[in-house]
Amino acid sequence: MKITATRRNFVLGSAAAAGALGLVGPRAFAAEPLKVGFVYVGPIGDFGWTHGHDQGRKAIEAHFGDKVKTTFVENVAEGPDAERVIRQLASSGHGLVFSTSFGFMNPTLRVAKQFPKVKFEHATGYQTAPNLSVYNARFHEGRVVCGTIAGHVTKSGVVGYIGSFPIPEVVMGINAFTLAARKIRPDIKVKVVWANSWYDPGKEGDGAKALVDQGADIMCQHTDSPAPLQVAETRGIHGFGQASDMKAFAPNAQLTAILDVWDGYYIQRTQDVLDDTWKSQSIWWGLKEGMVKMAPYGPAVPENVRQEADAARDGIISGARHPFIGPIKDQKGVLRVAEGEILSEKEIATMDWYVEGVEA
Amino acid sequence: MPFRPGMSFRIEQRREMFRGLLYLSPVLAVAMTVLTGFVLFAAMGHDPVLALYHFGISPLLSLYGVSELLVKAAPLIMIGVGLAVGFRANVWNIGAEGQLTCGAIAAGVVALAFWEQEGVWVLPLMCLAGAFGGMAYAAIPAFLKTRFDVNEILTSLMLTYVATLFLGTLVYGPLKDPAGFNFPQSRMFTESALLPIVLAGTRLHFGAIIALMIAVAVWVLMTFTIIGFQIRVLGQAPAAARYAGFHRKRLIWTCLLMSGGFAGLAGTFEIAGPIGQLIPSITPGYGFTAIIVAFLGRLHPLGIVLSGLVVALSYIGGENAQVEVGLPQAVTGVFQGLLLFFLLASDFLVRYRIRLVGAVAG
Repeated sequence: MKITATRRNFVLGSAAAAGALGLVGPRAFAAEPLKVGFVYVGPIGDFGWTHGHDQGRKAIEAHFGDKVKTTFVENVAEGPDAERVIRQLASSGHGLVFSTSFGFMNPTLRVAKQFPKVKFEHATGYQTAPNLSVYNARFHEGRVVCGTIAGHVTKSGVVGYIGSFPIPEVVMGINAFTLAARKIRPDIKVKVVWANSWYDPGKEGDGAKALVDQGADIMCQHTDSPAPLQVAETRGIHGFGQASDMKAFAPNAQLTAILDVWDGYYIQRTQDVLDDTWKSQSIWWGLKEGMVKMAPYGPAVPENVRQEADAARDGIISGARHPFIGPIKDQKGVLRVAEGEILSEKEIATMDWYVEGVEA
Repeated sequence: MPFRPGMSFRIEQRREMFRGLLYLSPVLAVAMTVLTGFVLFAAMGHDPVLALYHFGISPLLSLYGVSELLVKAAPLIMIGVGLAVGFRANVWNIGAEGQLTCGAIAAGVVALAFWEQEGVWVLPLMCLAGAFGGMAYAAIPAFLKTRFDVNEILTSLMLTYVATLFLGTLVYGPLKDPAGFNFPQSRMFTESALLPIVLAGTRLHFGAIIALMIAVAVWVLMTFTIIGFQIRVLGQAPAAARYAGFHRKRLIWTCLLMSGGFAGLAGTFEIAGPIGQLIPSITPGYGFTAIIVAFLGRLHPLGIVLSGLVVALSYIGGENAQVEVGLPQAVTGVFQGLLLFFLLASDFLVRYRIRLVGAVAG
């Protein structure tokens, strides 16, 4: 129980009461701002994934002003610590909690059961509950645009790819990229190095250097720091930014970047809680809905390639093009998707095999 | 004496040293850390009293907060106590992180093998497997050290990364939840494989109680038994130990197996307690943090209980301060760094003094 009564800047009233009882609705007093909490897996200064979510948090503040108050906890380890942090946000009067990493799924689910009146939003998971929604972006759609550009820009035909963990989201990105790149140039090889971390600039950079030494002249990444792209810049090759525009770190090397744009979704869900119309849902939005966007092309992308990249993006938005349309062969050369067939949403979401051309 | 050119500082050992001061220096270090924190928070534009209150006091004001502190401190205490035994004998097991992981793997395999099976024997079997897993993993550096005289610091540390990758291989492969959309995690353990909760409505599990019991048991072992005496002699006077005919190799094995076993058990309690399944990383660095905990606790089992609680508080307080006052997360690391710095500084100043002396000829 909180016992600070004398501090002006400490909200005592209902928030502390809610914290103490744990079950009282967070919006018992209408005049009080809605507290929105964020749990981040990395530091807000990663300039990638967590940075993107923090932009979303700031967008909520800018949009709603005094009506909301946001809190965040950064660098939360995936595991037992996450549950404590999420629970603390829920018990300290937060009405809406976003937990933004896959490893927060079971902890979020457990806390959601204990706090039925608090709304939870978990990014990239698959477990839902009456007060727990999941949301994710179709990052792999952006990979199609990257792959198209890479297919034209590469000279050596070797692409380096820094992966975090071989979970479906990362695997589908590698595959979507490789398919698009090989559509332009069928002999392209994609070499993957696993960092086994979402954010470890040292490891990411070392992996990138090793890949450049193996002949890669395009650098892709599914980790959160700009380190691989910085290696690309210093080694004079090209690459793609991840989650945020990383142009500042690699003005010459960055061809484009896949941008995660959470602003619209976060504002919408906050509005839903304020209006009391929030409902549990499961969404997976991409280029079409604007949750994934492409950064402006870098100087190394020629005009004709820009047009093709635009066409790839517009094709996905209109539905004329699909990232996973057959024929698709796996690493062993076995035909996995027949000519003209399209992988189902579920098959994409649980992908655990690599397409031909991937060396992982 | 005023400082003049040609003069220098000299470090010399104090002729008289008060042993009591050595036990006081952690207290001094904590006090200095709080004081520095006060200045730091004020300089950052936060109300320092409020920030310190949320960092160090408010997490302790609810039963739930205290229970979380114990949950967080339990693995640190268990591992720290085990490591301290080795450190006393100059056996430097740096790989508790890996032994914890191996223990968790062994216990997790048992839990998954008896998935959805009722039985009071599942949990004890998991604990046995976990402790054995940690011991088996610590046996590798023990064997290399006693047989080939390989430095255990290097082997135990490097084996940590092997253990983490092995765990990864398992949860991405054979132990992956069949209904888990190919995400790298095992099934959730069923009731028989989960530790009983001591305090309803919290995560305080029985393992935390066992951690405290282990600390007491090791204190008894180190203080009242021959083996404890031998371990201390081996560390403080290896020549005397050899002359007295103590079995150096046997003692090294004992130290490594004990610390490995406790680490393995700590890993078991993590997966059978707050986590409830196998995931790619079981520990946020408990095996390494426990080294700090061991030294902060003066390598004394009961001191380690206290230091484990202090370090756990620094983590929980750091989270709390982020939520309540918006302090950056880096404050946690800064606080832990300050604590260690002040501890080493006070230890040093208890033993040595710095004197300003005139220029030395030649």
